[in-house]
Amino acid sequence: MTSVTSSTPVLTPAGRRDSRAARRAPGRPRTARYALWFVAPFVVLFVGVYVAPICYAIYQSLFRIERDPLGLTPPTEVLDPLFNYAAVLQDAAFVASLGRVLLFGAVQVPLMLGFALALALLIDSASARGKGFFRLASFAPYAVPTVVSALMWSFLYSPTNSPINRLLEPAGITVDFLGADLTLWSVANVVTWGWTGYNMIIIYAALQGIPGEVLEAARLDGASPWRTAWHVKVPLVRPAILLTAVFSIIGSAQLYNEPFVLSSSTGTIGPQYTPLMAAQSSITAANYPYAAAQSVVLALGVAVLSVLFFRLTSRRSS
Amino acid sequence: MSAAAPALADAGARPDGAAPGAPAGGGPRRAVRPRRDTVESTVGSRVLVTGVLVLTSVYFLLPLWWLLVAATKDAGHTFAGSPLWFSHFDLFGNIADLFAYKGGIFALWLGNAGLYSIVGAGVGTLVAAATGYAVAKYEFPGRRTLFAVVLGAVLVPKVLFTLPLFLMFSQVGIVNTYLAVLLPSIVSPFGVYLARIFAASSVPDEVIEAARLDGANEGRIFFRVSLRMMSPALVTIFLFQFVEIWNNFLLPSQVLIDEQLKPVTVGLVSWNALVQSGQIERHMVLVGAFVAVVPLIVAFLSLQRFWRSGLATGAVK
Repeated sequence: MTSVTSSTPVLTPAGRRDSRAARRAPGRPRTARYALWFVAPFVVLFVGVYVAPICYAIYQSLFRIERDPLGLTPPTEVLDPLFNYAAVLQDAAFVASLGRVLLFGAVQVPLMLGFALALALLIDSASARGKGFFRLASFAPYAVPTVVSALMWSFLYSPTNSPINRLLEPAGITVDFLGADLTLWSVANVVTWGWTGYNMIIIYAALQGIPGEVLEAARLDGASPWRTAWHVKVPLVRPAILLTAVFSIIGSAQLYNEPFVLSSSTGTIGPQYTPLMAAQSSITAANYPYAAAQSVVLALGVAVLSVLFFRLTSRRSS
Repeated sequence: MSAAAPALADAGARPDGAAPGAPAGGGPRRAVRPRRDTVESTVGSRVLVTGVLVLTSVYFLLPLWWLLVAATKDAGHTFAGSPLWFSHFDLFGNIADLFAYKGGIFALWLGNAGLYSIVGAGVGTLVAAATGYAVAKYEFPGRRTLFAVVLGAVLVPKVLFTLPLFLMFSQVGIVNTYLAVLLPSIVSPFGVYLARIFAASSVPDEVIEAARLDGANEGRIFFRVSLRMMSPALVTIFLFQFVEIWNNFLLPSQVLIDEQLKPVTVGLVSWNALVQSGQIERHMVLVGAFVAVVPLIVAFLSLQRFWRSGLATGAVK
């Protein structure tokens, strides 16, 4: 303890006045040592639960399970680096789940973000009253665990006694929410319901950050509220919109909770409905190397998609 | 993924992304700007805008209202009467049934969820605060790399690694223990990211230097001075992590086997899977879903100011 105390006052009085320069100055080994203590717990845990699983998954995916056709000896694992990856790419159910999630994301993400952006602009507009209430109302679903909101919607979608259909009865409409045609979009609705408010708040906060002078200038130039919204506000909050887009794309790729919960209520959602569900069912089947390969392929897919998205959007802006 | 970094990193550069509740003047607050409300709006546009907003809030709130109403109806009448209005009121009987079912397992699940969320978010917030503080206030080898990795991890969902994590945990033999849920829950790259911003904006270098001159060591400065100055921000980080852990499903459903260890989300879904085969009343699941939502809604409503500033600072500024 004493040694620690004596070694701390490393700054000269001059350094105190110019602390910023002093902090940037290279070669302050003493504080560097303390900093390592501060970051150590995080780094250790991060390596343990982020880095190690990735490495372990990659390692596992390189093995092939060899089963004795007669089942007389326990299965053995044989190194065969490409075996699982080749199998994954030829796995019709897995490829179909990838396609399903791509379709889901391509439709749901733009719809949800358009909705969120419109809401944020409306709440931000001069014409809105009760802003606080509307912000809260759209954000409320975020407080509901996705599993619970999926349970709740599974009741609302119920093929036998859906309350929504009860309300639509007078109009003579019955919707088969969990029928083959609509299931994917019913799942999309659960996701949209849960996350629109979250994205709206992010975009809304960015709108609030637009300097008043900019809007005043637009008004003095005679721009209508609609023009101001589209040509001034939207371009200025573009970074926030891109951020929500990336989060939503990643979210679609890991779609799991909603379809999994709804699968108890309908036969139209199979055990390999999404890539993550497919990997999960490989685990259930005790084919760990294959599950690992599926996880790696999915993670790579997400990475490629994110990079592509950034490339596309940054090219357009430059 | 690199391109997201600027969008995120901009956040740190803006001093007015001050911690919630921090005294105004922590940064060069924008010059008084004309209030948007003073911009004239016609009655027509006001009616149109408000009308659209009312419709959207119906979309967001009506399902929750239905859940509330349905949870108050007695077991035999879940779908009886109007879906949107009370009838056959028996909320307290329902709740009593829920907590009595199978020896009160539901209360245990709620308790587990609380334990995972409070311990995970509590330790996680402290770990994130220390890391964010070090990145903001110290120069050390690997500082930039560490922060770049944290930003990358914000963009890579943990869920993708849940399956490998399970495989690894089963090798180490901690599957089906509290630790299997807690360890991964503690690590929050987003928390580190927020903590760095908050430390940079709410702990002045001068205060740290003054404490050093007074002879305090770095650990003492952190715990006695800096942590206190960051405390409003820490509430935000805690809140986000709490919600994330409370809502988590895949991880606990994967690494836990014992009924006794499950959090409420996993428990409810396991009940729901038994409805089809008639082993449990649908109504029980519905009442359980309702009860599981209440604590979070209350927390959100009462702590609004924290999550709002957190989202604003973390994602935009």
